[in-house]
This record gives sequence, structure tokens and C-alpha cells, in this order.
Amino acid sequence: MLAKSPALRKELLRIAEMVPASSRVLDVGCGAGELIEHLTRAKGADARGIELSQAGVNACVAKGLSVIQGDADTDLAEYPAQSFDFAILSQTIQATHRPRDVLDQLLRIGRRVIVSFPNFGFWKVRLKLALTGRMPRTGALDYAWHETPNIHLCTIADFVALTQETGARVERALAVEESGEVRELSAPGYWDNLTAEGAIFLLTRRAS
Amino acid sequence: MSTLFQPLSALSAAAGEDVGHRFTFPAAQPLKLDSGETLSPLTIAWKTYGTLNAEKSNAFLLCHALTGDQYAAGTHPVTGKPGWWSSMVGPGLPIDTNRFFVICANVVGGCMGSSGPHEVNPATGAPYGLSFPVITIRDMVRAQAMLLDHLGIATLFCAAGGSMGGMQVLQWAASYPERVFAALPLATAARHSAQNIAFHEVGRQAIMADPEWNGGDYIAKGTNPKKGLAVARMAAHITYLSEAALHRKFGRNLQNREALSYRFDADFQVESYLRHQGLAFVDRFDANAYLYITRAMDYFDLAADYDGVLANAFKSAKTRFCIASFTSDWLFPTAESKKVVHALNAAGANVSFVEFATDKGHDAFLLDVPEMFQTLSGFIDAAAAARGLPAKGA
Repeated sequence: MLAKSPALRKELLRIAEMVPASSRVLDVGCGAGELIEHLTRAKGADARGIELSQAGVNACVAKGLSVIQGDADTDLAEYPAQSFDFAILSQTIQATHRPRDVLDQLLRIGRRVIVSFPNFGFWKVRLKLALTGRMPRTGALDYAWHETPNIHLCTIADFVALTQETGARVERALAVEESGEVRELSAPGYWDNLTAEGAIFLLTRRAS
Repeated sequence: MSTLFQPLSALSAAAGEDVGHRFTFPAAQPLKLDSGETLSPLTIAWKTYGTLNAEKSNAFLLCHALTGDQYAAGTHPVTGKPGWWSSMVGPGLPIDTNRFFVICANVVGGCMGSSGPHEVNPATGAPYGLSFPVITIRDMVRAQAMLLDHLGIATLFCAAGGSMGGMQVLQWAASYPERVFAALPLATAARHSAQNIAFHEVGRQAIMADPEWNGGDYIAKGTNPKKGLAVARMAAHITYLSEAALHRKFGRNLQNREALSYRFDADFQVESYLRHQGLAFVDRFDANAYLYITRAMDYFDLAADYDGVLANAFKSAKTRFCIASFTSDWLFPTAESKKVVHALNAAGANVSFVEFATDKGHDAFLLDVPEMFQTLSGFIDAAAAARGLPAKGA
């Protein structure tokens, strides 16, 4: 069973479509294990997870999933290089303390990396901040500023810049609409940065 | 009951009690020890629950902790109390005896029928006492492997245990990776910490300071270092609990009195409780066995056998691991479990790790923690499915 929110469920299915059958997958910030459960059942993947919350880990292990309680900011260094076909960071990068280090670690651990995140450049976000002068709350970012776990929000343009700084190669990029539908991101992406509520990036490590 | 702790052999006559099995290996099959010595003949006492299937694929080994024994489930034949893991092991419970063939053996060095300092040395006709060789966690595991060979069981579906039992589970996965399908080490560590060695030394010194210990020769001299062993147990018992749990259970409540006595009676409930724990323990445990088993735990340092790199201990492990710790366990804190998890990750092993929130301290793995039952059930059932074993109730 995938995530409860229909839009998020669609996004997880889009991510799952990028993963070939029988892949070795590490889902960082796996929550209650919806994606790895789906990948295990539907794709025969060898899928593992890391999750910060005890409730999420307990739910995963009770379902028979291989998940460890851990922190993306500190625990990724323990994994050997290239030990997974895919390292996935779904709706988590904006909640890490050092997103750039986390991305570096993912590119080290996984042969391919999938990152999805909410786009702070989405027109509704921009409009709410511009018109109300208050921190914007939208469907994808429904937290008061003082309660949000999202401490490092970024726009699609910001993320593209980060991939260029870190040695990641963008293999594929999808813009996610409010409905959860996706379309290929079109370069240079100014339009998508305004109209997409989120994005999904498939990355590999650039040969140095 | 006599003042001296009763060995298992004296109990086997007890009417109607299923005390389990006992086997002495022939002299040609000695137990080779880490110390370089050999133990021969080796005797192992064990108890089983459930039925071994035709494929011999459902064997579930339980490894007991320092003061545990082979009576994990049902009623203990000596104390009349429930077995140490009776909340986890039984029909329909997480370790389901309707589906799994559960084996629990008394550790070598123990005092419930396996070779140990309390048993008679056949070569001399006298109790071993301190002439019994010092044993290690790996020696205990080697003896268990010999028992499995004796029972004709090539691979375990699962090995599980907490504390010292968890050390044995880790050693099993390192020494015999191809013989362990799933491993469940709880509230444990890959090495005994300096603080834990220190607590054990206090216990040992309490025993050896008791004049009735008689240099370890108390059986022959007709004495019993009960006071020393009770103090050792009292000190150790504190380490199994937590400050919060002690406060919740006892606070500063007085025991059967309205006011302080201004004497050294057990004014406080917590004192009375500890004295009771000490006294109850000496009726079922041997002082020398306490020395030997605490020593085995102190010597445990799994990484030391693998060039100091713990990940190397699990290099070839195909075993599925589930590691669990408890927030209030300060004897085997979560950080120790995480070291094991990191090593398993580095080795590319299949591992789950959970930390349960509880104020029950180190002993939580033995107690009623519903979240633990639910999570461990999930792990065991998923492993059973992967092993082709029937689902619960099937």
C-alpha cells in the first residue's frame, strides 16, 4: 500500500517506474515504508530503508521490511561505496541539516540517485509570500514556519545549481504538478520552476 | 531445600516435571576452548519446545543471558515461576512453538546441567570448582554448534537472545554464517564495555570476599557463599533497571513502617526489594558459575578476532539481522547496538534496527513491551516466509 495522499502516491509510483526489477535500493527517509514495500512486492527489489522516526521504523519492521533507525545527516557514511543500484531521497532533502553532504553521500553509495522535493519556486508559494507577507503554506508545504521539519527548502533552479556544484549528472528530470501528474522538465526550466509543485531528479555521479 | 544450590541431576526425579534433555559427548569429541585448554567430557543440558519439521528448517535457537537457563518458556522446574521468555515463546506468541522448533541450552560454565564449575569432574569424582577452565562466549557457541550437530540440525531458522544471549547470537552469525538464516540480538553489544567489566568485578569480589566461598572450594567444604552471591546479584540487579523505573516502582516509599527507623533495617521498599532479589537468586544459582559466566562476558570483543574491524566479522553473512535496543538501557545502550548496525551496513548485510522507548532499562527485553512483540513478530514472520515456513495460524 502506498502513501495516503493521492498526489504523493502518484509521485512514489513515478519513482518506482525509474527502478528496474530486482534492483538493490536504499530509501533514505522511508517513512512507514510505502515505497520499499511497493518495490519489494511489485519489482522484486532488494529494498532497504533508513528512517528517523521510531514510529516509522517500527511500522516498517513489523511489516517485515529491512529498515534501520538512523539519520541521513550522520549514518550514510557507514555504507560502502556503490553498494546500491539506487539511493532514493523522497521528500526528505529539505529536512536534512546538510543537504549537499547528504547528496554527496548518496552519489557515493548509489550508482543512481533519485531525489524528489517540493518546489519553493512554485507560483502559489511565491504569490502567497508576495501578497500576504507571511511564510507560505501550500498543499505540499502545510506547516507553520515554527513547526516545519523543512529547514532547507529550495527551488528547482536551486537544486539544478546544486547538482552542478556537486558533480552530479542529471539523467532525467520530471516536473510534478499539483495533481501528482508529471512531465519532463524542459531546459532551462524557468517555466517549470514557476509551474511545478515539485520535482523528481534521476542523477548519476559525473566522471571526475 | 538444602542450603546448597541443587544441580539439575537432583531435580530430574521431581515428579511430572519435564526437565528437558542432557547429553554427554564421548571423549573423542572434546570442546576446544579459546584459552587453549580442552573440556572433556562435554555435557549439555537443553530444553525444546515445539516440533522439528521434516526438512529440519524450523529450528529456533534461544541463547540465554547471564542468570538465565534453558527454561525459556512454560514453568521453570526449580523456581515454579514462568520461564525467562515465556512472554515471547509459546503457542501463538512471537516465537511461535506451533511453527518453530525452539531449542534452548544451558551455557557451558552454567549451573543447570551443562558442564560447569558446579558439576562433578568425572576424572576426579569431585566438583570442578575453580579447576573448571575459563570459558568464553565463543566457547559457549561452539558447544551449541556441537549440540546442533548431535541433533542433526544443519541450519538454524533463527538465533535469538538478549544481553549475553545477544552476544552469543552475534558470535553465531560471525562463526557460522551459513548456519544462521535470521538473527535477533537484543539489548546487546559486540564487546563488553569498561563500565560493565567494572560492575562484574564488584560482583565477583563480593562473592570471593564471603568467607564461605573458601577459595571456590565451598562444595567440598560444605559451605555456601550465599551472602556474597546475594550482594553480587543486588548490585547487578540495579544495572538491569533504570532510575526512572526504580522511582516509578518504589519512590522513597517506606517498607511496612510509618517512619524512619534510625537503624539499618530495610526502611525503604527499594532496599527490601533488592534484598529479596538477592535471596531468591542464591536458591537457584551457583556462585562459581556466576564468576565464570561474568568472566566470559568480560572477555567478549567480537571485533578483536577480526583485526579490530567489526564489519569483517560479518563479511560473508547472508543472515537477516534485526537489532533492537531500549532507550533506558544504560548497561547496553543504543550506541552499542548502533555500532553493530554500522558494521553490518558496512558489510552489506541485511539488517533492521529498532530502538524501543521504555523506562524499563536493560531488563526490558524480558518484559512486557507490546511494541517489541509487534515489531519482532513482523521480523520473524517475514523471515519465516522467506524461509518457506508456514504463516501464523496456517
